[in-house]
Amino acid sequence: MTKALKLTYPPPPARPDDMPDFSAIEIPPAGALQVPPLDLEATHSRDYANGLIRVLDDEGKAVGPWADYIADLDVSALLQGLRDMLKMRAVDKRLLNAQRQGKTSFYLQCTGEEAIGCGFQRQLVKGDMNFPTYRQQSLLIAAEYPLCDLMGQIYSNERDPLEGRQLPIMHSSRDYGFFSISGNLGTQYIQAVGWAMANALSGNGQIAAGWIGDGATASNDFHAALLSASVYRPPVILNIVNNQWAISTYTGVATGGSRTYASRARGYGIPALRVDGNDYLAVAAVSKWAVERTRSGHGPVAIEWFTYRVAAHSTSDDPSAYRPKDEAKAWPLGDPVERLKAHLILQGAWSEARHVQAEAEILDQVTAVQKDVEAHGTFVTPKPTSPATIFKGVYAEMPEHLRRQRQEMGY
Amino acid sequence: MPRMTMIEALRDAMDIMLARDPGVLVFGEDVGYFGGVFRCTAGLQAKYGEERVFDTPINESAIVGMAVGMAAQGMRPCVEVQFADYVYPAYDQITQEAARLRHRSNEMFTCPLVVRMPTGGGIFGGQTHSQSPEALFTHVAGLKVVIPSTPYDAKGLLIAAIEDPDPVIFLEPKRLYNGPFYGDHSGKSVGWRQHPAGEVPEGHYSIGIGKADIRREGAEVTILAYGTMVYIAEAAVEQSGIDAEIIDLRSLLPLDLETIKTSIEKTGRCVVVREATRTSGFGGELIAEIQEACFWHLKSPLQRVTGWDAPYPHATEWDYFPGPDRVARALQTAMED
Repeated sequence: MTKALKLTYPPPPARPDDMPDFSAIEIPPAGALQVPPLDLEATHSRDYANGLIRVLDDEGKAVGPWADYIADLDVSALLQGLRDMLKMRAVDKRLLNAQRQGKTSFYLQCTGEEAIGCGFQRQLVKGDMNFPTYRQQSLLIAAEYPLCDLMGQIYSNERDPLEGRQLPIMHSSRDYGFFSISGNLGTQYIQAVGWAMANALSGNGQIAAGWIGDGATASNDFHAALLSASVYRPPVILNIVNNQWAISTYTGVATGGSRTYASRARGYGIPALRVDGNDYLAVAAVSKWAVERTRSGHGPVAIEWFTYRVAAHSTSDDPSAYRPKDEAKAWPLGDPVERLKAHLILQGAWSEARHVQAEAEILDQVTAVQKDVEAHGTFVTPKPTSPATIFKGVYAEMPEHLRRQRQEMGY
Repeated sequence: MPRMTMIEALRDAMDIMLARDPGVLVFGEDVGYFGGVFRCTAGLQAKYGEERVFDTPINESAIVGMAVGMAAQGMRPCVEVQFADYVYPAYDQITQEAARLRHRSNEMFTCPLVVRMPTGGGIFGGQTHSQSPEALFTHVAGLKVVIPSTPYDAKGLLIAAIEDPDPVIFLEPKRLYNGPFYGDHSGKSVGWRQHPAGEVPEGHYSIGIGKADIRREGAEVTILAYGTMVYIAEAAVEQSGIDAEIIDLRSLLPLDLETIKTSIEKTGRCVVVREATRTSGFGGELIAEIQEACFWHLKSPLQRVTGWDAPYPHATEWDYFPGPDRVARALQTAMED
């Protein structure tokens, strides 16, 4: 018996009792990569898939070719981006609080990942469709989805557009380009490809965007989507949000021996880029490029957004059981809000005082909507929807057996 | 009236719907240029082009997952899984996505799609070319499940399925593709052109999903069957001389309980015949429904003839397949009490 055959079990950089350690992560300087042509092919995307597109440098200055590419993104657009992220953070804060008070059963924050959804959404137009996961509520915020609808869904009350059928955070809004969220991971990735194929076949000029986390790239539908997108080349952007953690499982368990998730897409013949997901300008620039490429018929593209999941996985999770408490503080790409704030202050368009004021104003606005929505019922003060809605919409028309069951229930 | 095989009838249904509705798309493995391993889509790509009828990678989850996205965006995909035995990789997309999309989105998104799949045994298909997985779909709220037994029904039901606003699992008994099968496996089978049930009208017609068909009127016992088992039931009636009423369910979900009830209230006895394995199969559901709805009319215990609770064998096919002898014995038992 020899021990020559040893298996590997990729470890995270640190466990709860360790010092946070991100020394293995390579952070190239901002501005190092060129803007590729829109018809970039997979074979020529190697440097983009293995590198990291960054615009904001350590001082908060926008540098390099990608900064020039979004030169038209003026101060007002960047301030909008900052407000989007602050609003997202305020919503997360208030709803986490509501869950702690027992007003809703469940919540799930996107802290640290706000720039990705906020920056991406602002590059889409009405009619484009996201196929999000449960951690892309920032897409809804930047699409200016009514907060009362978003919060109504969390409270499952009469303001809930889904009439209490779905677990909190599983939003759905056709009008705001947000496809119905499913609890089953990965499934929406291949559906985005199908939706985009339908776009191409009907010639409506719209595009689709699939979203998946690093852990869920292990699901079969991730591979199904990459292959199908590669075969039919529909107008779809395949986003991978690499936040280092899948609940308690370190991202290394999903990457295995491959270097990046973006390089995995290249293997399917899809050009891929890897981007600093905490750099709002980089997110905006690469999103703009990807949307333009896709809409003009150059086929699918994959983007790995490199970020860190600052908050717990969900309100049912305690990350201190599997990673160092202050790991987020050591994350080398920092905080997306702080970085954009620093950039705007450097531009002379923003200040610490205005930031504090804006934070307070936005929190007040969010809180006001929350109070209004809570008046329509919470878990603590329930105003339940009619149980008859259980049977609504199972089918377009209610079949006889459902009619009998509804009657049996007394409705 | 022209006579068609079930294959031709299914192809005709897709042809008609491709011509009528630009949103209808047909795809699956080998479905495009080659026309399908059972020829069900032969000639359709040449007629409608690759954008409407195309080949896919060998990935059932991709086939159904793409179709869900397309259907939600307004298309009407009619996709094929080469054998029902290979539907399992798509089970997540069918049961968690297609079936629930309308309900979970409060009707913001819907999923009008058809998943066609050849099903059933009696062809020496062995373990993975013979299964009857209908119970895995009738257990799922939000799906419709249909299974024709004649070319006429096949065409009318497939047109209805493509026009239906909800996802439909369309099971095709491949043993019946070329002709009816009465359980005589000596090789002397008759084709649909020699059989009156092969008559299929030209043009568009549909058969309402959720409606059973009384295939033979009888007074003594009710046989509930679908797919290939309809013909096995006919053979068993002839063999036993018992005056049975044979109901071809055609739709398993939703189920035509009215027709079933009316028949059993008349006969007081019932035999359920299915190819699939026994335990937790659709026959158990039928028996439970009958027990609840017809208890005071029953004169004898409900009988079940099914495949055995074992994977479908190759060499011992005819010991496994529920043939006319077993059905005739069950009819005798039902008549005894």
